[in-house]
Amino acid sequence: MSLLSISNLNLSIRKKPILRDVSLTVDAGQIVGIIGESGSGKSMTAYCVTQLLPEGLEPSGNIRFNGKDILQTSEADMCAIRGAEVSMVFQEPMTALNPVHTIGQQVAETILIHEPETSKSEALERARDALNRVELPESRFPLSRYPHEMSGGQRQRVVIAMAIALRPKLLIADEPTTALDVTTQAEILTLLTRLVREDGMGLMIITHDLAVVADMADHIHIMQKGQIVEHGPADRLFQTMQHPYSKALLAASSHVPDREQPQGETPLLEVRNVLRDYPLPRTKLFAKPESFRAVNDVSFTIRKGESLGLVGESGCGKSTLTRAILGLEEIQGGEILLSGEPVFTGKKPNRAVRRKMQVVFQDPYGSFNPRHRVDRLITEPFHLLDSAPSDRADRIAEALRSVGLTPDDAFKYPHEFSGGQRQRIAIARALIIKPELIILDEAVSALDVSIRAQILDLLAELSETHGLTYLFISHDLSVVRSITDRVLVMQHGKIVEQGETQSVFDNPTDIYTQTLIAAAPRLPEDLRNF
Amino acid sequence: MLRYTLSRLQSLILSLIVASIVIFATVEIVPGDPASFMLGMNAQPDTIAALREQLGLDVPLWQRYLHWATGLLGGDFGTSYTYRTPIAEMIAERLWISLPLAIYALTLSTLIAFPAGILAATRRGSAADVSVMGFTQLGVAIPNFWFAMLMVLVFAIYLRWFSAGGFPGWENPLLAMKALTLPAVALALPQASILARVMRSALLDTLSEDYVRTARAKGLTRRQTLWRHALRNALIPVLTIIGLQFSFLMAGAIIIENVFFLPGLGRLVFQAISQRDLIVVESVVMLLVFAVIIVNFAVDIAYAIVDPRLRGNR
Repeated sequence: MSLLSISNLNLSIRKKPILRDVSLTVDAGQIVGIIGESGSGKSMTAYCVTQLLPEGLEPSGNIRFNGKDILQTSEADMCAIRGAEVSMVFQEPMTALNPVHTIGQQVAETILIHEPETSKSEALERARDALNRVELPESRFPLSRYPHEMSGGQRQRVVIAMAIALRPKLLIADEPTTALDVTTQAEILTLLTRLVREDGMGLMIITHDLAVVADMADHIHIMQKGQIVEHGPADRLFQTMQHPYSKALLAASSHVPDREQPQGETPLLEVRNVLRDYPLPRTKLFAKPESFRAVNDVSFTIRKGESLGLVGESGCGKSTLTRAILGLEEIQGGEILLSGEPVFTGKKPNRAVRRKMQVVFQDPYGSFNPRHRVDRLITEPFHLLDSAPSDRADRIAEALRSVGLTPDDAFKYPHEFSGGQRQRIAIARALIIKPELIILDEAVSALDVSIRAQILDLLAELSETHGLTYLFISHDLSVVRSITDRVLVMQHGKIVEQGETQSVFDNPTDIYTQTLIAAAPRLPEDLRNF
Repeated sequence: MLRYTLSRLQSLILSLIVASIVIFATVEIVPGDPASFMLGMNAQPDTIAALREQLGLDVPLWQRYLHWATGLLGGDFGTSYTYRTPIAEMIAERLWISLPLAIYALTLSTLIAFPAGILAATRRGSAADVSVMGFTQLGVAIPNFWFAMLMVLVFAIYLRWFSAGGFPGWENPLLAMKALTLPAVALALPQASILARVMRSALLDTLSEDYVRTARAKGLTRRQTLWRHALRNALIPVLTIIGLQFSFLMAGAIIIENVFFLPGLGRLVFQAISQRDLIVVESVVMLLVFAVIIVNFAVDIAYAIVDPRLRGNR
């Protein structure tokens, strides 16, 4: 009998079905991947298993875990099961730990809650063991550490240590690596696999990224709109998949938009020996505060019509560099020229240059004022012009049409649109003053794969029709690979490698680039069409 | 932690120096010469000059500031222009009412607000929550002096449980506390209402945090999650409000002091201002500023105890 067996699980929120007849099993020692886009019900399935659903939600169907009927188990008994027999790891390690308790206290708490007869010192000792198992050695990570003194990957290890401290039979990991850098992601996935093999526990791993589970899971379920549309053993699923949605999902994950190689050698953006220092907090009252060099001697050129990728992990300085290019902040050395003119003159950005470039940010929810209508939102760049254009309405209509929306959408508010549509609005906002350069700062990172594929197609098309040049900043190597001509790899504020995208990815010379590429999750080789 | 405390102390001392200069300068700018005010409309110019000399008003401003400031350090606040008594004594006498009253009111308000806020937050949308929100709305809206008079009417005049006002002194602490009870309740009501609302919203915020979900996934019950994880994290905004309220209670009790005929600090300042007894005004204001700064210091230290992130690098 399986460790966990879910059969015909149904769940509705206000009569809207969230889960429809979900059935799956997880065996001891088995890794089961659940893949789906946002809203597919994959996380809700996990919350049903631990009975941590938002209040008032009553799932129907049958969930049997280790012989127990979970849906009939009382809250008190569930508390005894959670953390001891079924544990969970969540997406956002930065906020998953209580900031006011030490890591030792938090790991020991799992033990003390379930085995109250344990002495505090013994619990701390066992917490130490758990932390050692997730590769947080005592020398660098004493129990007295607080979460804010650790990085995201390290915090995720603490969360995993809490989850496995009592050697649970089942671990549910809900997007455990989505918020992490690729190298950290690879480490965490290896760690989880190792723990499964060592303890023989079942692992249910939930993700939107096919590639993450492709070479790790034993069995994969693909969910769409609350239903499991396809499932099978991981090693055969990709060859045998039948359902149109799974096929579309696979195609979207490895989608490469059609693009023409850029012609011409005219430089558009020139970045020369740029330095950017941040002052650190004052440590002495009257002494000059020390500074941190976020961008260190960076030089590169983007040619007209080209698409240049900038990759690097969080904290490498790529966002700082973006702000410097946009003239939002003053640089401490070097120069940034757009068509030969400096982006920053004197103490303020050069408006004549600023209107030639626009930016699209990552978060399609956070980057709009929710109280402004679309027409007002997308005409924001007009403040860069000396006088507002007379054909405002025409230009709004044109911008919206070119991103695949209709002119009527101008009178709606951002909350009426989906994430992908909002990102289209953000692109329309960038297009409206006909810029030459668009900086895409993680512009597709928050989108589901199918939407991401559409947006990438749109970008490729716009680049041809509007003669646009892109600076494409991302931590996602597969996206950069699919849409850029050349790529820069940034680490610790420096460019460590640059070159033609294809050759950098195929033959990386720098060690860091090699690590990055090796760490990036990938689909089975024969399925990728590049 | 030590470094954090030292840096807070440093800014405490700086604030005190700046505040003393500002207070001194402001009071000096206020029109009206204490000497001519004391001597009345018909005083001769030479009499005024003599009094000015006697009061030390004839020396340059900076010398008077230094004299005043060094006096303060030694506990010498100078002598009141009007009453010719040492200000330190006058203040001490008043402080013995205002300080206990402020502490009493704050304790009451905290004792009411914490349970009410926690109850409302944990049972969001329930009848308990709705009534807490309703009562606190009322508590914020009702002027406290009106509420004070209402209480006098009910508890002092009809029921005769308390006296309607005045202060018997601390010879019998029980009687003294009894005399301060109605004023403390009147002061605590709006404070408790605000604090309960802050507590509720801070707790609702922390209860939706990821680490609360983590705690639940570890097997903690709702109640354990609340006490061990949510509450301490919700304390930062609550502490801020408590600090502000204490400062306000020290100086802002003047209306309530008037309703209950309590000779507190607020009334002292009020009288001193109307009599141009500038040196008393300066001293009391300085004392209040000192109290506010000390309270802020205490709140800063409390923040660091609650939240390790504020302690800086260890």
